[in-house]
Amino acid sequence: MSVVLNAGEIARALKRISHEILEKNHGSSEVLLLGIPTRGAFLSQRIAHDINLIEKTAIPVGTLDITMYRDDLRMRPPRALLPTQIPHGGIDGKHVVLVDDVFYSGRTIRAALDALNEIGRPKSVQLAVLIDRGHRELPIRADFVGKNIPTSKEESVRVHLSEIDGDDSVTIEGRGEK
Amino acid sequence: MRHLLSINDLSKTEAIAILDTAAELSRLSEGTVRKFPTLRGRTVVNLFFEDSTRTRISFEAAAKRLSADVINFSAKGSSLSKGETLKDTALTLQAMGADAVVIRHGASGAPHQLARQDWMKGSVINAGDGTHEHPTQALLDAFTIRRHLAQGSSDLQGLRIAMVGDVLHSRVARSNVLLLQKLGATVVLIAPPTLLPVGVEEWGATVSYSLDSEIQDVNAVMMLRIQRERMDDLYFPTEREYSRNFGLNLERINRMKSTAIIMHPGPMNRGLEISAESADSPRSVIVEQVSNGVSIRMAVLYRLLSGATESDLSSTLGATV
Repeated sequence: MSVVLNAGEIARALKRISHEILEKNHGSSEVLLLGIPTRGAFLSQRIAHDINLIEKTAIPVGTLDITMYRDDLRMRPPRALLPTQIPHGGIDGKHVVLVDDVFYSGRTIRAALDALNEIGRPKSVQLAVLIDRGHRELPIRADFVGKNIPTSKEESVRVHLSEIDGDDSVTIEGRGEK
Repeated sequence: MRHLLSINDLSKTEAIAILDTAAELSRLSEGTVRKFPTLRGRTVVNLFFEDSTRTRISFEAAAKRLSADVINFSAKGSSLSKGETLKDTALTLQAMGADAVVIRHGASGAPHQLARQDWMKGSVINAGDGTHEHPTQALLDAFTIRRHLAQGSSDLQGLRIAMVGDVLHSRVARSNVLLLQKLGATVVLIAPPTLLPVGVEEWGATVSYSLDSEIQDVNAVMMLRIQRERMDDLYFPTEREYSRNFGLNLERINRMKSTAIIMHPGPMNRGLEISAESADSPRSVIVEQVSNGVSIRMAVLYRLLSGATESDLSSTLGATV
């Protein structure tokens, strides 16, 4: 197991992503963050906090559970649903930034786009991820990336966040063990 | 879990997982999400050998909101009325590719028969069999009770729930006793001795012959329908006498705890087991039970149908199941 990002590096990556979101959207007035549970939800809260510090205004943050929209439901045991919280006022006409921890096959984001479709019609949808580990299976890319980490499919990338894991770090397991 | 035939098929953990799933689905549908693609391409057959309005419509709404295809099959006007056996019906449904069969039947144990024989590959969901069980009704009742009275707890520990009336003919009562006790509640069955089944003392519930001596102590009172269509004998002298002793009326409601709720699985006999004012009282959650029923049935269909089936697993993993 090797640590690829420590707590300070995670914080700096999120701060940079916060600035990039503001730069791309010319401020925060129409930006709405939706974190994908579990860890994407915590990351979206942190990015919102950073944006609030920079812009001195609160931006809406919510969560979007994609379980019911997954394409692999028939390949695994049933999963528990996680909370979806759409901020008051909905997503219509907003620049929606989806936030997730690890960007891998792209299938989670495809499901998230389907879920968004049910909820409303945003002005644009953007994607912020802490880790992009490659191996895309769909034509989807991220707009804001904390760190690109080339991996092999045998490895697993774990994001630990203090809110549920007790510490902030990103680790790779399985490297060189096979 | 492949079938839902009895509350006994569920562990406490699984029951709570269904309630939690239903809670999330119910919250989502109060917002903007009306339909999920989750069961697209799956076929749910409603196989109803007995009349039903709310259960059949509820299952149909639940399946449609998960994007499943629904086929309604009622005994009237089908080959069943020409004397086709349950086995041949099952083989027909299998040939049509039913992924789940929701069955209501007048004979206790019919869903078990359908599930246990190797007639079909799909899931079987019991939507009421004779005087035996009605598990999704019990789940929606537990869901309604939890939402109003559990104060954030995931189970029903410490609550006292009364079920009043025709316990003898009630599949709702049997499933509810099993589930509510599984979730930690105390159940009190209140009925005249003629309307209690033989062996009721083994259910683990408290039995009482007097509504008036219990009404002030319970957190919820669930009135059971007097099932005239199943009554082949005289179970009480007159309807007026039954109503006076075991009916819910305003005078009894006033003696209930201030937070206690009134429930009824429907359809109601207004004026018999429940007075009109009681059914329409602000304490009554009877209409809410119906909408909770859709969420519960969505949760059950999701948990039975969304996961991998044995045939999926054997085809993807090459395993011999």
